[in-house]
Amino acid sequence: MIENNLIIRIGGEAGMGLESSGAGFASALTRGGLYVFGLPDYYSRVRGGHNFFSIRAASQPLYSHTESVHVLLALDTETIRRHVDKIVPGGAVIYDEKDEMPEDLHRPDVNFCAVPLSALATEKGGREVMRNTVALGVAAGLTGFDTSYMEGVIRDNFARKGQDVVDANLRVVEAGVEAGCPFRDDFPFRLEAIPNAPPRMLLNGTEAFSLGALAGGCRFVAAYPMTPGSPVLHWFAAHAAEYGAVTKHAEDEIAAINMAIGAGYMGARALVPTSGGGFSLMVEALGLAGITETPVVVYNAQRPGPATGMPTRNEQGDLLFTLYASQGEFPRCVLAPGTVEQAFRIGWQVFNLAERYQAPALVLSDHYLAVAYRTVETDALDFGEVTIDRGALLTQEELDKLEEPYQRFQVTESGLSPRAVPGHPNAVWVTTANEHDEYGAISEDAANRAAQMDKRARKMAGADREMPEPSWYGPEEAKTTYLCWGSTYGPLREAVDRLNAEEPNRANMLHFSGLLPLPDDATETALGRANRTIMVEVNSTGQFELLLRTYTGFVVDGAIHRYDGRPFTPEYIVDRLPEEV
Amino acid sequence: MVTRKDFEGKERPTWCTGCGNHAILNAIKMALVEHNIAPHEIFFVTGIGCGSKLPHYMKSTGFHTLHGRSLAVATGARLANHGLPVMTVHGDGDGYGEGLSHFLNAIRRNLNIVDVVQDNRIYGLTKGQYSPTSERGKRTPTSPEGSIDGPVEPLPMAITAGATFVARGYSGELKHLVWLIGEALKHPGYALVDVLQPCVTFNRSYAYDFYNERVYKLEDEEGYDPADRTAAWEKAHEWGERIPIGIFYRGEAIPTYEEQVPALKAGPLVQQPLEKLTHEQIGALRAEVT
Repeated sequence: MIENNLIIRIGGEAGMGLESSGAGFASALTRGGLYVFGLPDYYSRVRGGHNFFSIRAASQPLYSHTESVHVLLALDTETIRRHVDKIVPGGAVIYDEKDEMPEDLHRPDVNFCAVPLSALATEKGGREVMRNTVALGVAAGLTGFDTSYMEGVIRDNFARKGQDVVDANLRVVEAGVEAGCPFRDDFPFRLEAIPNAPPRMLLNGTEAFSLGALAGGCRFVAAYPMTPGSPVLHWFAAHAAEYGAVTKHAEDEIAAINMAIGAGYMGARALVPTSGGGFSLMVEALGLAGITETPVVVYNAQRPGPATGMPTRNEQGDLLFTLYASQGEFPRCVLAPGTVEQAFRIGWQVFNLAERYQAPALVLSDHYLAVAYRTVETDALDFGEVTIDRGALLTQEELDKLEEPYQRFQVTESGLSPRAVPGHPNAVWVTTANEHDEYGAISEDAANRAAQMDKRARKMAGADREMPEPSWYGPEEAKTTYLCWGSTYGPLREAVDRLNAEEPNRANMLHFSGLLPLPDDATETALGRANRTIMVEVNSTGQFELLLRTYTGFVVDGAIHRYDGRPFTPEYIVDRLPEEV
Repeated sequence: MVTRKDFEGKERPTWCTGCGNHAILNAIKMALVEHNIAPHEIFFVTGIGCGSKLPHYMKSTGFHTLHGRSLAVATGARLANHGLPVMTVHGDGDGYGEGLSHFLNAIRRNLNIVDVVQDNRIYGLTKGQYSPTSERGKRTPTSPEGSIDGPVEPLPMAITAGATFVARGYSGELKHLVWLIGEALKHPGYALVDVLQPCVTFNRSYAYDFYNERVYKLEDEEGYDPADRTAAWEKAHEWGERIPIGIFYRGEAIPTYEEQVPALKAGPLVQQPLEKLTHEQIGALRAEVT
């Protein structure tokens, strides 16, 4: 009997409610003391097609999804066709007895369990669409998972829809559990709740980043919907009234970032969530923030491009574009969280960077980080360490003492000019997108141009020390160090564990989340510790590899790329290790 | 008391002698004096073009932004600090070309913004190409055989989009323009003041002579009721031997966007304290994902 180490995958068409029911089940497992990694996989369509949601559960923390499946909940035959080869020997397929089971999909080492999913949903719940919940009940029955946790989640999630809806869902789960129990004897995997486990959180990168941003004082969010960035706008819109934030669904991404710049100029902490296509539209305004030294934060949840690319898939293909987006030269910060913990931390840090350096600050998330759920301890998001540092922003008292005329772009030793917000009689000035003098007036004077360019560049001195340092995982001394950035953290971490389980000290990893400016000293020290280095990134051209080489001269010994629109898995990495010499 | 002197700027305008922008600049200053609004009490947001440099030529608090984007920046400014009045100033190419979508969206949102459009029916700063309000058949460097595009009609468009204050001024009628800008400042919600303005360098066909012979004031027109939206829409199409200026439409005030945002009920966003989340808030947020 194998306990608490399995993957349940529920699959069907878009519109069958896979993600919401899957996320509900993942919550139940978390409340039952298990650690979960949940990953939705879906197409860019509202109905039809093939979607699935994978729930990996274990009694130890998880950082990644993996490729095998122990229980396949097939709401249609297509699900079996696509995933039957991923099922481990001894695993089970739960399918609706009304669906035909093509002979060619049969596997002798897998239990095929026909259950009247639709009939039970209709009979017990009154709606056929509830068969996803029946199927999850079957999974609980099959694995022996204590159903009281599912009942608790149902009560919480459906309470606002009324007791009738709660009761219908409870009846449906019970029927599913009953139908699943008879198959348990032939099924060697179990999910055992750990009753006295501490409460934990289950959240994805979207939620973690949003929580961090709110904690960091973000009070203005403007966006135009684009997968997978817009869930940040949804999150803020849902919390806006209670936490005193303003959200604006703008007419387009150009408007969104210009609104955020307007709000940032006025003194609000402003955020623009988007994806690559939307960010492409924003680049002229990014330069406006650059030359006018207006703080603004852009969150780009990357997806494969170019153009529409693959809207619901994953890639880290926007890095170099983000480093240089917009005409001309101006400083910026670029950060890429790799985990929900980092997404939270960077979520508040990025607003401090934007205001301290009076510059655009950009967060590169990606589809994988944005949508994947992970169970973490309640203290994993450290609200206690949050600071709100507004940099050289003039207070009311300082403005009162200010002598006219105010020089918004004063050339200072640090390059940072004390920043006023409009509305004070002592700070009456005009800022322009043109090159300007210290007062803000348009200027084409050669010496002034050089002075302002130098000032803007100079203000970033020391910024690299404010950036998150690269972090190590694995044994201190290892034959090979795997380098990565952003959301590749999780799959690579588990790959490193697998390699070291085969042979001690075979691998460790170095993960980067502060990308521009690169934390100079920390990067140099870290790279100095590495032996053989392999870069692992989700793009075809090795963008971070190029960044590292450009800014440090460091050349890696090899690379693993994935650019088929899917995130790495530990298996994918381990199967493609460059030959060791 | 605010005086003309309060608005005296250090820089001299770079506009051509005779350019309508001089009068628009004067009219804005005079309207602000008349309504006792000091330079720090109004925020100018401008686009790109000759006229968008206007806040540089007076003492003002302003943000000279990107071509076409002044209304988007102004929207963010209003939502962050609705305690500070906002006036956008930009040209016809800026507002009705590059920024046409922001124009219609600002109207339907009804943000409290006075939108002054310097409508010279030509591109000046880029040297004489036809603009969104140029008439069909206009010969310019980008339309040597005559433009094929029909013109944008900003006034009917604004009325259709739901604007409750739609006016047209003329830079050759200074006092009238001062009055219009003042009325726009008093109007709660989005207020359009489209200003006919000769470009003496690149658009000789719409010089002072042309307008002086044709413009007439709507308030002198017997029986014209600016509260009548249908009549306003029809009047907004009149263009030929007679060209109306004045308030085409002044509807009943409807709630502004800012008034309806829950987070702004407690006052301007930037005046609300920016503090760390409380223990209770953190507890509630954690509970959502537990």
